[in-house]
Amino acid sequence: MTTPTPSMARNGPGAGSGSVAAGSAAPLVRGTAASDGGTAPSAPGPSRRRSTDRRTKLRLLNAVSIVGGIAIWWAMSLAGLQFPTPPEVVSKAVELWQDGVLQRDVLASLGRVLTGFLIGSAAAIPVGFLMGWYTVARGLFEPWIQFFRTIPPLALLPLVLVLMGIGELPKVFVIFLAAFLACVISTYQGVVGVDKTLINAARVLGAKDGRIFLRVVVPASTPFILVGMRVGLGSAWATLVAAELLAAQAGLGYRMQQAQLYYDIATIFVGIVAIGVLGLVMDRLLLLAETRLTGWQERR
Amino acid sequence: MTTTTDTPRSTAKISVQGVRRTFELRNEEFVALESVSLDIADNEFVTVVGPSGCGKSTLMNILAGLDEPTAGHARVDGRDVSGPGPERGVIFQQYALFPWLTVRKNIEFGLKVAGLGKAERRERAEHFIRLVGLEQFADALPKMLSGGMKQRCAIARAYAVDPSILLMDEPFGALDALTRVKLQEQLLETWSREKRTVMFITHDVDEAVFLANRVVVMAARPGRIYDVIDVDLPYPRTEEVRLSPEFAELRNRVWTSVYHQTPGTAADASTTPTA
Repeated sequence: MTTPTPSMARNGPGAGSGSVAAGSAAPLVRGTAASDGGTAPSAPGPSRRRSTDRRTKLRLLNAVSIVGGIAIWWAMSLAGLQFPTPPEVVSKAVELWQDGVLQRDVLASLGRVLTGFLIGSAAAIPVGFLMGWYTVARGLFEPWIQFFRTIPPLALLPLVLVLMGIGELPKVFVIFLAAFLACVISTYQGVVGVDKTLINAARVLGAKDGRIFLRVVVPASTPFILVGMRVGLGSAWATLVAAELLAAQAGLGYRMQQAQLYYDIATIFVGIVAIGVLGLVMDRLLLLAETRLTGWQERR
Repeated sequence: MTTTTDTPRSTAKISVQGVRRTFELRNEEFVALESVSLDIADNEFVTVVGPSGCGKSTLMNILAGLDEPTAGHARVDGRDVSGPGPERGVIFQQYALFPWLTVRKNIEFGLKVAGLGKAERRERAEHFIRLVGLEQFADALPKMLSGGMKQRCAIARAYAVDPSILLMDEPFGALDALTRVKLQEQLLETWSREKRTVMFITHDVDEAVFLANRVVVMAARPGRIYDVIDVDLPYPRTEEVRLSPEFAELRNRVWTSVYHQTPGTAADASTTPTA
């Protein structure tokens, strides 16, 4: 059940330094949750001590890595590369904020991502369940999902733009598609993979199909759904920025595109950092939901 | 064989008549069970022991209603088994607890299905939590329990819906020897207090003899009943019983029957003993 996690970190929104933090922090949270959860009446002292030691060590290394990375960036810009220095980027961000531009772009991008992502997940979960539970639904949906899965949603953008115009709809639609495809496959696999003995256990206790579905299949596949949602969120962000580069009047991607025209590298940096931070925050929120909802899992 | 079908059926709680079960394996027919006949009386404790591949789990699945015989009849209370039912409780080797539910909620699951009210569920669950000694872990998730505790919870869950029959498929198979012995004693204690008809599958000869009124020995290829051995040792089965020469003698008989099988022999167990 934990196997999909690594690939998720790679697909995660904050490519670059953000994904490093996500990758290292995820197993850490798991590890402590498991050891806190165990009642283990005998000698909890040393092992817990060990795990907190390791956690502070990891946190320290994270901090060192972030500071070091920024230092290298700074050094590179001073050495003559065409980078703005970190203070220049910060002052640019402050300037954009004071002009009200940054807020507007963030809200525009966030609105698109959330709309597309929420509708996509909301549609993916029932479809995934239908596919996993009913052979008919699987037979009907599977070819299309497998087909569209191989096409990056962005490749559909030209067609979508022609059909839907250049308003909000086409952008939200491709984000919806990206989130939907990632989540539907994961949900489907979760449903198919539900332990047969649990279903049998429910059956011999007298449960009929409807109850087995709600009380066994749904909770048993929740971990898979949440992994699918995290992957879906990652691809939603990736798709958003690219969609905004092509057709938008506001948004972080649009701002970066404009900055490129005017050779305004500092603004491009502000955009990159903003996307990374937003993606990371949303991913953390989902991770929190995951540990809350699936804390019952036995982990090794 | 046909002449005996009518008389024992009236008294037998479980009646298996000429059951055959075949599976398709790479276009070859695999005979898991071949003309198996077995009667189990009300409140009898029968253990089924045999080498792997003798079809003992298949037999249990058929009685549980999770599988169907290719030919023959499996009857409970004189009616053909079709699908699972609350009068037959099943305990699996892999515990099969719902990992997202606490011990209490696991035990209440079947009661909820049966439509019991909240207060009544609480009360019944509490009773069975005490019966298996899990008071301290009533609100713990299964991941916090040891293997033995998990199986005790599974036993409580099966008992809670008040089945008249318990079908147990190697329930202690995954546990260490010490926990095993402890759970065997607890199971017998529970059984003596709340009598049920039990069919208990195991691959452990000691366990088979220690628990049973009657040991059914099965053989493989094809899966069939090889021998039936009455265990006329008194209950409660204490440590003295376990260490007695009578126990040793029965154990040796069952052992020989399991490990030194002459091919092609079959026994008919469809005559209820006068226990």
